[in-house]
Amino acid sequence: MPTSSRSIRRRTVVGTALALSVSLVLAACGGGDDESSSAPVQAVSQADIDKAMTTPTELTFWTWVPDISKEVALFEKKYPAIKVKVVNAGQGEPQYTKLRTALKAGSGAPDAAQIEFQYIPTFSITKSLVDLRPYGADALKDKFVDWTWNQVKGAGGEVWAIPQDTGPMGMLYREDIFAKHGITVPKTWDEFAAAARKLHAADPKVSMTNLASNQNGVWMGLLWQAGVKPFEVTGADSVNVNLNDENSKKLGTYWNGLIKEGAVSSDPDFTDQWFQALNRGQYATWLTAAWGPVFLTGSAKSTSGKWRAAPLPQWDASKQVSGNWGGSTTAVVAGTKNPIAAAKLAEFLNTDTESTKMFANQQFLFPATKALLTDPAFVQQKPAFYGGQTVNQIFADISGTVDTNFQWPPFLDQAVNDWDETVGKSFADKSDTGAALDQWQSRITTYAQNQGFKVGP
Amino acid sequence: MKTDSPRPVRRVRRGASSANPAATGYLFVAPFLLVFVAMLVLPLGYAAYLSLFQDRLVGGTVFSGLDNYVTALQDDRLIESVLRMARFFVIQVPTMLAIALLAALAIDSGLLRFAKVFRLGIFLPYAVPSVVATLMWGYLYGPDFGPFAQLADKVGTAAPAFLSDGWMLGSMANIVTWEFVGYNMIILYAALRAVPHELYEAAAVDGAGAWRTAWSIKIPAIRPALVLCLIFSVIGTFQLFAEPNLLQRLAPSVIDSAYTPNLYAYTLAFTGQQVNYAAAVSFLLGLVIVIASYTVLFVTNRRSRA
Repeated sequence: MPTSSRSIRRRTVVGTALALSVSLVLAACGGGDDESSSAPVQAVSQADIDKAMTTPTELTFWTWVPDISKEVALFEKKYPAIKVKVVNAGQGEPQYTKLRTALKAGSGAPDAAQIEFQYIPTFSITKSLVDLRPYGADALKDKFVDWTWNQVKGAGGEVWAIPQDTGPMGMLYREDIFAKHGITVPKTWDEFAAAARKLHAADPKVSMTNLASNQNGVWMGLLWQAGVKPFEVTGADSVNVNLNDENSKKLGTYWNGLIKEGAVSSDPDFTDQWFQALNRGQYATWLTAAWGPVFLTGSAKSTSGKWRAAPLPQWDASKQVSGNWGGSTTAVVAGTKNPIAAAKLAEFLNTDTESTKMFANQQFLFPATKALLTDPAFVQQKPAFYGGQTVNQIFADISGTVDTNFQWPPFLDQAVNDWDETVGKSFADKSDTGAALDQWQSRITTYAQNQGFKVGP
Repeated sequence: MKTDSPRPVRRVRRGASSANPAATGYLFVAPFLLVFVAMLVLPLGYAAYLSLFQDRLVGGTVFSGLDNYVTALQDDRLIESVLRMARFFVIQVPTMLAIALLAALAIDSGLLRFAKVFRLGIFLPYAVPSVVATLMWGYLYGPDFGPFAQLADKVGTAAPAFLSDGWMLGSMANIVTWEFVGYNMIILYAALRAVPHELYEAAAVDGAGAWRTAWSIKIPAIRPALVLCLIFSVIGTFQLFAEPNLLQRLAPSVIDSAYTPNLYAYTLAFTGQQVNYAAAVSFLLGLVIVIASYTVLFVTNRRSRA
């Protein structure tokens, strides 16, 4: 079930940068997205599209969404001439490695592929994705939540992919633990810290939450929420890297402090130990994404009925803001001989009413479309695991508060790798996170310069 | 007459073998040569070629001469990883070879009851793929559910943190030793079997006991085999990859991407997309191995002469 969750855990966090860059550049130009994006693009004519969709074609589609053949079957039913070969080439990183190899080799690449938000800039900079504007992608903008559309847009107004599922971040908490220690649901991070200390004093075996030292995704989501702009693509060959500014340091000090006091743990996540801890009630909360509730239902069965969902605590009590962790898109891979059919596949899977409903209700992907996020059949579900709370409604509301201007770097793997070895390590070792942030900044700056980027701020 | 008749036959034979002995030889070697060239020489040449370029995200591929090598020689992370492996070598290899030698001597001594069982038992870990071995030891080392930890818990103490910064190199050395003792033991044992028995008899006549025979006859006699094991170990040590790569998952904050030189090259190529730089690093690593192997040979040869 956790298609997105696992991928997310890997590095989903980082995916969203693209969209940001786009919107920033556009904003700087003073124009709306629409003008700049539509101007230079030669649209494919309807006649060409009709012809392509009735010519017998076989598409190859790489994705790791389980049972996606159900949705693909709907597409094939609508366009009987098109056959889609679904290939699971690995989840996240392994698939990306294969994709890169195939693209370098010049053969064996699929027509369409699942790409997580955070990876879009990493693939678009190597010209591995097809701009979908000529195939009518611009017209799909209004179907999607604003921030998700920003995530798939490129600096030049390109549309690199169609959003499939998302992971706006919230907080799952153990109502029984909170009640036992008289803790009210924290609305701000200050309240959260106070609750963490109170809980630690009352029961040192239970930590308020676990900030995984191997999970860059959560860190990026928390930066996103705090309004930090770690990466900004400012042009085709320039990027701003802000990994250790005042706001990042504030976040670093906050978490580092709680970890040092023992009020928050820093175990690696999605490990045996972590699952055990969730089941045994050693974490009072899990700061997670919208795919988290379903994931938890499957992996912490023994705690059914004890969990509730709430938005993330806030830095500014007067504003509700969140970040995103995880989620995927469907992109068309450069070099395909069937760009029209592949683009229509990406469009159909992620916009067709029946297909998107299936994703939400059978594969439990958290939707990216406005239609589903307001669909009573979806948001009014009352899972018993959460004591009948309308969890989807809570996360649907959170999705509306996700900052729209967060960007991912065009070299995500390196950013995550270096985070693991600096900032993540400082959580694990309880060492100075501030110094680690400086180190992260300097490593990435060096890397980006070696890759030929002009590095700002 | 008698002497005449065999002559032509002989001549024919001689003619056939002398006509193209080289061609026949090459024909026999051809299957090996083909694979050798296709699988080793060509890839090596290609890697050497790659290492002279830089492929950047911005600007594409440019010829950069020896720039990659210059960068690598100043790369603190690479140097640190090579030094770490040197330290590993100094601890692990003597231990492993000592155990292998003892086991080989013990089995060869003829004093063991179930020599064949011992031989197979010690060799067996070598048949376990290193990935499986690492996963198994990783579980044994586990701080919460590992048997060592549970045992220590029962006794009322704490097991050492095998996967912590201070212990990691030792823990890894233990895994590698476990895996390769049997392999080295077999090489040494085979060499021992080849020692002429007259030497032992002579030693016995001179009044040497089992220990004295082992020390003064057997060990000197298998010195070439020991040197061979040592060189294999040099190569193996500097190419360590599977063990740290898997243990990284268990201790991500201890083993970073440059823990061993090979791991670093892998990370550069597949995480940082710096294939060219990774090629240069790999070549330098090859150079380090050649130098280290040569040093071992040089030192042992000199000693044997002296």
